Amino acid sequence: MEKNVLEFTDGEFDSDVLSSETPVLVDFWAEWCGPCRMIGPIVEEIANEYSGRIKVGKMNVDHNPEVPPKYGIRSIPSLLVFKDGAVSDQIVGAVPKNNITNILDRILTD
Amino acid sequence: MLNKVVIIGSGPAGLTAAIYCARANLNPIVFEGNQPGGQLTITTDVENYPGFPDGIMGPALMDLFRNQAIRFGANCHFKEVTKVDFGKRPFKIWVGNELFESESVIVSTGASARLLGLKSEFELMGNGVSACATCDGFFFKDKHVIVIGGGDSAMEEAIFLTKFASKVTVVHRRNELRASKIMQDRAENNKKIEFAWNVLIDKIYGTKESGVSGVRMKNVLSGKTHDFDCQGVFLAIGHKPNTSIFTGQLDTDEKDYIITDGSSKTSIEGVFASGDVQDRIYRQAVTAAGSGCMAAIDAERFLESQH
Repeated sequence: MEKNVLEFTDGEFDSDVLSSETPVLVDFWAEWCGPCRMIGPIVEEIANEYSGRIKVGKMNVDHNPEVPPKYGIRSIPSLLVFKDGAVSDQIVGAVPKNNITNILDRILTD
Repeated sequence: MLNKVVIIGSGPAGLTAAIYCARANLNPIVFEGNQPGGQLTITTDVENYPGFPDGIMGPALMDLFRNQAIRFGANCHFKEVTKVDFGKRPFKIWVGNELFESESVIVSTGASARLLGLKSEFELMGNGVSACATCDGFFFKDKHVIVIGGGDSAMEEAIFLTKFASKVTVVHRRNELRASKIMQDRAENNKKIEFAWNVLIDKIYGTKESGVSGVRMKNVLSGKTHDFDCQGVFLAIGHKPNTSIFTGQLDTDEKDYIITDGSSKTSIEGVFASGDVQDRIYRQAVTAAGSGCMAAIDAERFLESQH
C-alpha cells in the first residue's frame, strides 16, 4: 500500500480518525468487492495529492466488525469524510475522482 | 491531438473492440467510465463464457480482457465521458473540461440496473436498497432480505445472498420465473429462498440512519397491499441502456437502445455501437464481445475509406 494511505482499524479509529486535526477520508472496502478495486487507485492518488492537508486511509470491513455498522455502512465502496470527529460527507459506490476531490476542496476552503 | 478511434465503455464489447483496434494499429483510447470492466465486475461466477470450462469470476474475466487490450497498446483511462458532439467530424468527446477529438467513435457504454422509480428507493439506495448483491450482501448477515425480479440475475443474486442472509424472499410480479431452468432449479432447491408471486413493491420503509425496515407489497391480481418486514431490498429487474449522453445525436429505439441494424453502424457515419447499449435481445458477455469485434472491424474499414 502507498505510504500516504493509512490503514484504519476498529482499535485505533478514535485516535486516528475522530481526533484528527485535519479532515479524514475513509475508504471502506473489502477484497471481494470488485468496484472497490477500481476506487482503490483513485484513493491512493488523492492521498498523495492531498498529503498534509487531508488524512486518507482504508478500512477493511472484513477485519473491522465494529466501526462500519456504527456509521451505517451497508454498501461498499463507501467513502466517508470526517471533520472534527463527525461525518461531513458520504459517497457510496465507485465514482470518478472529480466527485471526491470536489468534496475535499470544498471542505478545505470551509 | 486527433485520435483515430475513441472507445467509450470497458465491458466485454468495449475491450474486445480495443483489442481489435489496437492490433490494427489504431491506438485506441478507452474511456472506462465509472464501472471499469462493466457489469461483469459485479457478478460472481461466469459459467457460460466459452473457453472457461470451470467458470471464472466476472472481475477476473474482465481483468483478462483489459490485460489483453493493454498488451497490444490500448490506452485505458478510468474516466467518464460527460458530453459528446457527433455533429461533425472530427467528433468531440469531453471528460469534464478535457476535450478529445477523434475520427471515429465506438460506443460500448452498456446498460445499468433498472430501478423501480420509487422515492423511497432513491432515498435508501446504499442504505439497505441495493442493485448489487455481490457488493452489499456482506452487510446483511443473518438478516431477511428480498430480491425483486424473476430472471437469471435475480436467481443469481438470491442464491448469492443466502451465504449471508437468514432468509431471501424473491418477489416477482408474475406467477412464473423468466430465469433459465438451471438457475430456477438451484433457487427452488435452496432452503433459504422463498417466493412471493404476483407481487410488486410500491413502497420501501426505513431511514438513511437505520436502513430498511420493510416494504409494502401489492398483489397485482387483487390490488390489495400488505406490509412485509425485511432489512434489505435487492433489485434485479433488468437493465436500461446507458444512452443519455447521446440523446438527440444517435438514433435510438423506443427503449433507448442505439439502433444499429445488423452491423455496428449507427445513424452517424463514423460512430459505431456494440454490446448491451445496442442489444435488446441477447445481452450476453459473449455476444457483447462479438459485437465489439464487429465495431472495431467496421471502424477500421471506415477509417481506411476516408484516406
